[in-house]
Amino acid sequence: MSIKKIHTSQPKEFKFSGENMRKVEQILKKYPEKNKKSAVMPLLYLAQRQNDNWIPLAAMKFIAKHLSMPYISVYEVATFYSMYNLEPVGKHFIQVCTTTPCLLRGADKIVKLCKENISPNEHEISKKGNCSWTEVECLGACVSAPMIQVNDNYYEDLDEKSTKEILISLINDKPLKPGSYRGRKNTAPEKISINEEDKHA
Amino acid sequence: MPKITINGKEIEFEKGMTVLQACELADVEIPRFCYHEKLSIAGNCRMCLVEMEKSPKPIASCAMPATEGMNIKTNTALVEKARKGVMEFLLANHPLDCPVCDQGGECDLQDQSLYYGVDKSRFVENKRFVKEKYMGPLIKTQMTRCIHCTRCVRFATEVAGVPEIGAIGRGENMEITTYLEKSMESELSANVIDLCPVGALTSKPYAFEARPWELKKTESIDVTDALGSNIRVDTYNWEVKRILPRLNNEINEEWISDKTRYSCDGLLKQRLDTPYIKKENKLQKSSWDEAINLLVGKIRSVKPDEIAGHIGDMINMENALAFKKLFKIIKSDNLEFREKNFYINPNEKMNYIFNSSIAGIENSDLILLIGSNPRHEATILNARIRKTFVQKKIPIFSIGDPGELTYDYEIIGNSTDDIKKIINQEHKFSQKLLSAKKPLIIIGESALELKSGPYIFEQLKKFLVDNNFINNDWNGLNILTQNASTTGLIDLKILKNQKEKNSSFFDDLKSKKFKILYLLGSDNLEFQKDNEFVIYQGSHGDRGAEIADIVLPSPAFTEQNGLYENLEGRVQEANKASYPIGDSLEDWKIFNRVIKKLDNQNQSLNFDELRKEVLQSIPNFSGLNQLPTKSEIEKKEIETNFFSEKILIKKLDYYFTNSISRSSKTMSECRQIRQKVKKDGTNN
Repeated sequence: MSIKKIHTSQPKEFKFSGENMRKVEQILKKYPEKNKKSAVMPLLYLAQRQNDNWIPLAAMKFIAKHLSMPYISVYEVATFYSMYNLEPVGKHFIQVCTTTPCLLRGADKIVKLCKENISPNEHEISKKGNCSWTEVECLGACVSAPMIQVNDNYYEDLDEKSTKEILISLINDKPLKPGSYRGRKNTAPEKISINEEDKHA
Repeated sequence: MPKITINGKEIEFEKGMTVLQACELADVEIPRFCYHEKLSIAGNCRMCLVEMEKSPKPIASCAMPATEGMNIKTNTALVEKARKGVMEFLLANHPLDCPVCDQGGECDLQDQSLYYGVDKSRFVENKRFVKEKYMGPLIKTQMTRCIHCTRCVRFATEVAGVPEIGAIGRGENMEITTYLEKSMESELSANVIDLCPVGALTSKPYAFEARPWELKKTESIDVTDALGSNIRVDTYNWEVKRILPRLNNEINEEWISDKTRYSCDGLLKQRLDTPYIKKENKLQKSSWDEAINLLVGKIRSVKPDEIAGHIGDMINMENALAFKKLFKIIKSDNLEFREKNFYINPNEKMNYIFNSSIAGIENSDLILLIGSNPRHEATILNARIRKTFVQKKIPIFSIGDPGELTYDYEIIGNSTDDIKKIINQEHKFSQKLLSAKKPLIIIGESALELKSGPYIFEQLKKFLVDNNFINNDWNGLNILTQNASTTGLIDLKILKNQKEKNSSFFDDLKSKKFKILYLLGSDNLEFQKDNEFVIYQGSHGDRGAEIADIVLPSPAFTEQNGLYENLEGRVQEANKASYPIGDSLEDWKIFNRVIKKLDNQNQSLNFDELRKEVLQSIPNFSGLNQLPTKSEIEKKEIETNFFSEKILIKKLDYYFTNSISRSSKTMSECRQIRQKVKKDGTNN
């Protein structure tokens, strides 16, 4: 992962919506007044939610002023964490896990498919304008490797065929159902039922 | 006191010390990069690892508090291995470009890798590369060399009070940068160059100028403001290459302002190297004899009372005394050194110095600024106020609006009425002031310049005396003067008692009473020239030389010895680091030539005698580099008039306050950038 850069074209202004402003107040209540800058991470996340899944510079400035922090401190936090996007992402933002367990189970093939179907480079919006992808570190779903995260959903137990189907469905804006693509329920063992296992044992 | 064992030697340490500090007490050297005495502890370079008994792993001594009975070892195989390992990691991504690096010869990483490192690297992968960052006209960056000690980040946030530097990204990709690569908005910014233990932040104006071992180092005193910061002047041949701070915890700690550090390139430009005489409305080169003859002829042609002298902001005490002697021979007493007519009561020493002392600011529990912007008028003093503010959270108040000051303060008024109310205890602030134990009142020149200047000073002094805020322990009365020469010249009694004469120097100057005006290094005097004959004697072709009829070249402060008294009344010596340029002569030597022509008694001045006389004539003098002694308060009431006025704090053109900085290219770059930022409003 290289250093995160802010996007070249930035909106001039940012303001939390009325509903989000209420949420901001709720979040601030969780911290003592003198430590209100602890709220920087939830606020950045809220800003990212409001602004099509990426944080513009204006939002960082807004948050810095709201929490009476120096701009650079908010900027430091935003560049430190990989889950804050500092440039626009597609409507469907695909995060491919490429940490060891997923990689062993063929994450590289998923990356290849992303390159072919969405865009040749990470963080590049697809031709149709609604998808982008990136490689990420472990998403904590090693038991159903390889897997991808699309916005808030996990697509697990993938292979080349199912991945391609999912990607095409995303490009066409008709996303398939998330979950296991080998028919597992959550992370339950497949094929062998627990009872059969007992017999062998 | 608790005891700690270091390498088998038991020593006592003060409670609250870290293991590293205790080791220093035991004369054991611990290598370090991120640790710095004046900054908070980060503990991220890991170079200071030492072995502690009962700990399975080595500990970072800079971050570990020392406790009773600890057994520390710094000379074991474990420590050596740890140091070698840390050094190898630090060097993994550090480029091997010492031959082209400006830090070479004074680089912590270079020195420590020699003593504690391994001779080869096992790192065969590609080294990382980081793009250069823009940090303004003073700081040159080469971020590939950065070892992420974060000293610069901590300095900017803690000492300078402008949190604009930060570390973005993480892990191997971490980069130090200013917010969106803007220039740093601080008058102390260049101190990060000294702090940087490697060559990541180096000096832009000094880039590739010289190697440290080629330079002659002279310890001296800064004269760009009234603080007398301790500096080291580095010269190559006669050229001043750079100015660095010297540690003096009483004054500047380890910092100096950007103006102190970088106006030195002004010492090479616009210099006066030979006498000039105005002929046909043009200054033309002449010889010393011709110039002196003309000068003496002019002096003889007018009445003594019509001759006036003005002493500039960077003149040392010996030369000022010599000037005074010259005027005595001329039989004129129209001498002045103030640039504006601000009120000074020279009756006792306490009346015109910063009585609490700079280090004493740390003891105060409340600060009131009156018509003063310490950030621009005394940058280092402002840093000390910030230090106290950060450490003790003391409340700071101001009368008049000084603008951004690097700490929080409250404006409690902007007119002289507010001062009157405070003194009469009618203001809501009075209670706070009276309940403070060690309040500090700083009166700036902008307040003393007002018509009610005498009222402000005398009544505040009376108020402080009445409420026992001036006693043996504490003196909360402080005058913030702006020029290096001011305090010393008051001590030399160059300021004459205004009551003896009906009109002041400034009135006479305005009413065109003077026929000859002798400017001794004085460039900041506001004055419209008509028919006066102006003699300018100084080092730079600046405002004074522009209006002069005779120009006499004299050396700058780095080219002669001299005493300066800082705003606390501390007498310090500036030493000669370089040679006078061209035909220029020390001021007192020039006066000797004039005196010789003027009066035939063969009276002549001698530098050693001048210095002796200077030291004898300073009241409350207790020794070089020492604070003046305290004396009994003079209980003499002076009648003053009150006027209801608005207190406006004069905006200083910070980078352009004296003739040296006005000649400096670096200073004018800084000024342009600062003004641009203000216009664009791109600043925070």
